Amino acid sequence: MMASLSRVLAVLMKEFIQMRRDRLTFAMMIGIPLVQLLLFGYAINTDPRHLPTLVELGDDGPAVRAIIQGMETSAYFDIQGMIAPGETDDALRTNETTFILVVPPNFERDLLRGEQPDILLDVDASDPVAAGAGAGAFPQIVASATAEYGSGAAAAATPVIHRRYNPAGETAMNIVPGLLGIILTMTMAMMTSMALTKEAERGTLETLLATPTRPLEVMAGKIAPYVLVGAMQVILMLLAARYLFGVPFLGGAGAFIIAVALFILVNLSLGFLFSTLARTQMQAMQMTFFVFLPSILLSGFMFPFAGMPGWARFLGEMIPTTHFIRAVRSIMLKGADMADVWPSLWPLMITFAVIATLALTRYRRTLD
Amino acid sequence: MTGIAIEVEGLTKRFGSKTVVDDFSMAVPKGAIYGFLGPNGSGKTTTIRMMCGLLKPDSGTGQALGYDILKQPREIKSRVGYMTQKFSLYGDLTVRENLDFMARLHALPDTRSVVDAALEEYNLTPRARQMADTLSGGWKQRLALAAASLHSPGLLLLDEPTAGVDPKARRDFWDRIRKLSRAGVTVLVSTHYMDEAVQCDFIAYIAYGRKLIDAPSDEIAARVGLHTWRIEGKGLQPVQDALEKADGVDQIARFGSAMHVSGKDADKLERAVRQFEGREGLTVSEAKTGLEEAFIYLMTGAEDNFS
Ligand SMILES: Nc1ncnc2c1ncn2[C@@H]1O[C@H](COP(=O)(O)OP(=O)(O)OP(=O)(O)O)[C@@H](O)[C@H]1O
Ligand SMILES: [Mg+2]
Repeated sequence: MMASLSRVLAVLMKEFIQMRRDRLTFAMMIGIPLVQLLLFGYAINTDPRHLPTLVELGDDGPAVRAIIQGMETSAYFDIQGMIAPGETDDALRTNETTFILVVPPNFERDLLRGEQPDILLDVDASDPVAAGAGAGAFPQIVASATAEYGSGAAAAATPVIHRRYNPAGETAMNIVPGLLGIILTMTMAMMTSMALTKEAERGTLETLLATPTRPLEVMAGKIAPYVLVGAMQVILMLLAARYLFGVPFLGGAGAFIIAVALFILVNLSLGFLFSTLARTQMQAMQMTFFVFLPSILLSGFMFPFAGMPGWARFLGEMIPTTHFIRAVRSIMLKGADMADVWPSLWPLMITFAVIATLALTRYRRTLD
Repeated sequence: MTGIAIEVEGLTKRFGSKTVVDDFSMAVPKGAIYGFLGPNGSGKTTTIRMMCGLLKPDSGTGQALGYDILKQPREIKSRVGYMTQKFSLYGDLTVRENLDFMARLHALPDTRSVVDAALEEYNLTPRARQMADTLSGGWKQRLALAAASLHSPGLLLLDEPTAGVDPKARRDFWDRIRKLSRAGVTVLVSTHYMDEAVQCDFIAYIAYGRKLIDAPSDEIAARVGLHTWRIEGKGLQPVQDALEKADGVDQIARFGSAMHVSGKDADKLERAVRQFEGREGLTVSEAKTGLEEAFIYLMTGAEDNFS
């Protein structure tokens, strides 16, 4: 049997025609790689620099200034100001800063006396990748800044690095809470958008619309089962995190449950919104993918948030996943409570309100 | 107004630049079986959807069971049963689950007994656990009717309920429609079958979005004003060829060994057909004008504002 070229061409032409008709799919096919390329190319920085750094200044003098100067020029640290001794824990827990340089009292005097005083770098190591490079460079910076005080090979000061929240620098610690956000984003938004588009695609929407059912009733009824699915996913992942990867859970359960519930609602309403825009399940899936991609790349899940350029961080702040991951990491790894993660919770609340309203107003009460 | 189940006035619906339903008015008396006929794409489905609030008309007004079709769609939806042209229940639910779902959407008290009664009434009990997708065409229609009438609506809108269904199942289906009608339910049913049309109390015929006629079904032919003769026998083709050119003949319909010759002018038509009277093997007799002849005649007169 011979393959007929004209039949191959016939199929090929038909595919092209269908591809052209489905504008959205076509736009996605072009758009997704482009977005991916731009994000990977410009936003992602696996060797993050300019991470926020605060200084607890117990002493001041030429040596201290030389060390701070050295940190600035290394480009790993972005010295943003001073911090009082009692506030360091809070600043790290609330993600205000990644590093805190602690200069002990009498540092200059002890240095001159040759007592090799400690100089401390407090590191938020919950994201080991983000903090790793700066922490690694710190001893060298201290050594060269204080070289003139030393005698021979012995270092003049003793750099001490204090890795907080994840002393062993295990990546699982950071990835597992992040994965929670990513998986919820993916499954929740996709499942709802596809389940609802299915009704329109199969014509069952007409049956539904012909009954006195209200849009809100449909939305609530459609979403509720997936809230349950989401809750199951979370429980499973928490158990796996704890018993397979040894990820601790230090913070408040209340804050965690609220964060998770909010985030699930955000994604379900997003799925609902997509279903009002997409005509086919295929399109619904692609829309979720379009949100999913930046959620992976810009949320701080895969690459350190603090290491991204300003515009990428700005985009990242728009993504609910960013706030969720931030909150969950703080709760699980840093023992944060409700008040600590509030800055991440209110953006989720606003997002939910906006998306749900949009979805409900867009939901068609007729077949028009 | 108590005698009217549906009354619409000047309904118009456009999709893009195409006017699909154009200034459509009609009144359906309570308790009647009202036939809704017209060629494909004439706007039957669109009109029915506007009547039950599924589509918003661009202009026009109307009421169904006393509720405004524009302002009170929810009241209408809870009192009207709508059977879609395309099967639109859940294929991946069983027969019982589908009925159960519909009963709950209508917030019926005692769902279980309502569904049991419907299963029994429509002989669906043996198939209660079968997936709706795996039902054959006739059974799907039966399930759809059961679902549409579950909440005892006072008005049923049936959109080509018997399309693609075998003759026995169709007859069966119409027995049910008549039974519902006897129980006081008003039925608006669209169909392409003439044998179903004659069973309706009233008929509206719509083409290209415009209503061409509405009348009691036994008055349609008279209203159209068409007269018909029947010629029976062998070798009809030359007769047909001759008659097609004859004065007074407006339309000819062939049925195997017979043909119906119709025309508006009774005298001219009679003269035209009588010339074949007495020809060997042919019998010529006056006949009743059927619905089909009347509709086809109406259609040829209607302008095609779609093309
Ligand atoms: N959503 C829509 N968008 C655009 N055109 C539409 C839409 N729905 C229906 N139409 C057009 O409106 C016209 C009337 O359609 P409708 O389905 O009402 O006809 P119908 O009388 O029910 O036909 P049939 O006997 O084939 O079921 C058709 O030309 C159809 O193509
Ligand atoms: Mg139709």
